[in-house]
Amino acid sequence: MDFLNAIIILFNYTLIPALAYGSQLALGAIFVTLIYAVLRFANFATGDMMSFGTMFAVILTYYFQSLGFGLGVLPTALLTIPFAVLMMILYMLIIDKFVFSYYRIKKSPPVQFAMVSVGVMFVTQALIRIIIGPSDRRFLDGEKFIIKATEFKEMTGLAEGITLKSTQAITIIVTLIVVSIMFWFLNRTKTGTSMRAYSDNEDLALLSGIDPKRVVLITWVIAGILATIGGVLYGLDKSYRPFVYFNNMLPIFAAAIVGGIGNPYGAFFGGYVIAFAEILLTYSYKKFVAYLLPSSLEPNSLMQLLSTDYKFVVSFSILVIVLLIRPSGIFKGKTI
Amino acid sequence: MRNYENVIYAYIIMLLLIICVGLFQSWSIALTILNYCLISAVMTIGANIQWGYAGLINFGIMGYTALGGLAVVLVSVDPVKKAWQVGGLNILGSIWIIVAIVFITRFILKRFGKSLIRNYSIAFLIIAGVILIRVTATPGIEAIESVDPAVSGFLGGMGLPVLMSWIIGAFLAGALAFIVGKIALGLRADYLAIATLLIAEIIVSIIKHEEWLARGVKNVIGLKRPAPYEVELQKTQWFRDFIEKIYSNKLELINTIAQKKIILNQLIIDASSIFVKLCFTSLFLSVVIILLIVTQKALYSPWGRKMRAIRDNEEAASAMGKNIVKEHLFIFILGSAIVGLAGAMMVTNDGLFTPGSYRPMRYTFVIWVMVIVGGTGNNFGAILGGFVVWFLWVEAAPISLFLIDLFTAHLPETNMIRSHLVESAPYFRFLLIGIGLLLIMRYRPQGIIPEKIIKQ
Repeated sequence: MDFLNAIIILFNYTLIPALAYGSQLALGAIFVTLIYAVLRFANFATGDMMSFGTMFAVILTYYFQSLGFGLGVLPTALLTIPFAVLMMILYMLIIDKFVFSYYRIKKSPPVQFAMVSVGVMFVTQALIRIIIGPSDRRFLDGEKFIIKATEFKEMTGLAEGITLKSTQAITIIVTLIVVSIMFWFLNRTKTGTSMRAYSDNEDLALLSGIDPKRVVLITWVIAGILATIGGVLYGLDKSYRPFVYFNNMLPIFAAAIVGGIGNPYGAFFGGYVIAFAEILLTYSYKKFVAYLLPSSLEPNSLMQLLSTDYKFVVSFSILVIVLLIRPSGIFKGKTI
Repeated sequence: MRNYENVIYAYIIMLLLIICVGLFQSWSIALTILNYCLISAVMTIGANIQWGYAGLINFGIMGYTALGGLAVVLVSVDPVKKAWQVGGLNILGSIWIIVAIVFITRFILKRFGKSLIRNYSIAFLIIAGVILIRVTATPGIEAIESVDPAVSGFLGGMGLPVLMSWIIGAFLAGALAFIVGKIALGLRADYLAIATLLIAEIIVSIIKHEEWLARGVKNVIGLKRPAPYEVELQKTQWFRDFIEKIYSNKLELINTIAQKKIILNQLIIDASSIFVKLCFTSLFLSVVIILLIVTQKALYSPWGRKMRAIRDNEEAASAMGKNIVKEHLFIFILGSAIVGLAGAMMVTNDGLFTPGSYRPMRYTFVIWVMVIVGGTGNNFGAILGGFVVWFLWVEAAPISLFLIDLFTAHLPETNMIRSHLVESAPYFRFLLIGIGLLLIMRYRPQGIIPEKIIKQ
């Protein structure tokens, strides 16, 4: 029985949160990696673009709520995602037309692109703060829990319970759907193949009649979908605050590089690596160990490797280690 | 005299703008802006050395700034004796453990060939070390943090004069840059940008959360100053006489002695704050001028030519026998040290150390915008960029308020759009800076004052 309790503790406090957080990071990381592979630059506006998409979802959620629309037990935000995605794609295409396309045609070095994306970051951040303000917002409605700890305890008779928030379940399910559709698209359709060809060897792809404008357009469309959905899922699970989104860019970059930048599978995997490392290294194992050991050996300390303040530090250290040992990432980077 | 005309014009315009602020807002604000402009100028000189001279992209400026600020606390604050007594040994012990881990790791790396066992043993060593450090340090940290937690709760510094900390801040930042450079300089440009950005974030979060070191997010206030304090200045006789002399014409017009005294007091209070700021200004200005002379000399020396050669064509420079790795590391340390100096200057100017305020937006990206806008590879340009961008950053809110009022003048006060825009006026600075950066990148990628290569 104690053994089961220990497993459930681990399941409840590390596995479920890590899976949810990992999914959110994975979506962002695939967004980064896709831009890197096809458009060939590190997009420093990543966090703010995700925030921008989420902003539309938040505003539309408030609007729908005032109209009385809703999905019942599911959060209204899910209903707003398609509209938010459309707005986001529109914004990205405008940015691309007025900012990035000039440097793409000029074939500027990646560093220049990175600096330009810093400019886009400033502008996007300003627009977000002017439109919706910097404050913390929660826009989750509908049923909050799928399984509550107390219900679980009653059901099984165990001392420890499992809590499954609806946002966590939605995050994991939506991520799996979106990512599998995207991988199917990249690997099985003609457009996806042309994108991979363009990323692999631009000149050769152009020679074989692939339209670069179309490839770029499709990339931004996919990027818009990923950014918005990733952002909305994160906002539903935690809360929507522009500054936090900017900071999230850092673990997302870490995930993309750890997985091998330019490789969507790697980015997907990297998101979970970062999330699990962050949570497993900063989780206090005191209760877990207490269940496994006889009561005479019960530990006094928290049994925590690092304090939770150092959550981000864990992911960045992993990144530094990966860069040192295997700069191309866990999966070999730079092809999609 | 080389062709410096446009440089001189640009600086005169900038000076006039600051004087305008003095005339229309207040001289105190103008001097505050000027001081920050000078500090930004030091930062941009540092960033420009890395980016303009050598083409190294360092997005970790925030980390070095914070480290420079930390140096002010570690150097100038008086030591907290009680904290040293209760927990000093534990902290020293953990530092020794860290040193031991580093040396053993180095030994293993040197002694054994590349193998999986080596990697695992290093990983095991580090994890065991972390646990050991936690065991030794935790009681000490708890004891230190419980010493008078409202005002101290940290080890304090060395109690030295604050100007020493500027040099030590530069050294600390340089030392950090050495480690970071060893790790990250081999990476491609954009990887380097990301890696330095993340490393800076690690440093700031360590400073934020290790409260025994510098009180973390609880902030350290009341730091020493290289300039006199306003309150003391107001009591000094020569300063009072001086102010009385300056304003003697005005004061003569006032009849009653009591009223004269009140007005004189007010004038002295205003003048004391301006005097203190002027002290800072002269200090900062001398730092900027010294750095400018040194960097300018360096740029046109054989060393500067070598750096430009490496920047423009690494392969060719390498073929000519230049050690690129070494030169990159050296310039990375040099630039970071200057940024560390600027960080120490800024904390000295503020008189308080607030680790919570170090955010990449303000301390990394804005500095980068300064370098790009001003002119990469040209020190005069970089300094001008520091002035222009900082000026816009501060004055963006008043300017945008004015513009909002102008464009929404036909709308009533209670109009929703108008009130919303007025409320969000402070955020227009991001918009202004972002659009400014995009325009400069597009239409004048070499910056306001472009790099000048003098044929010799």
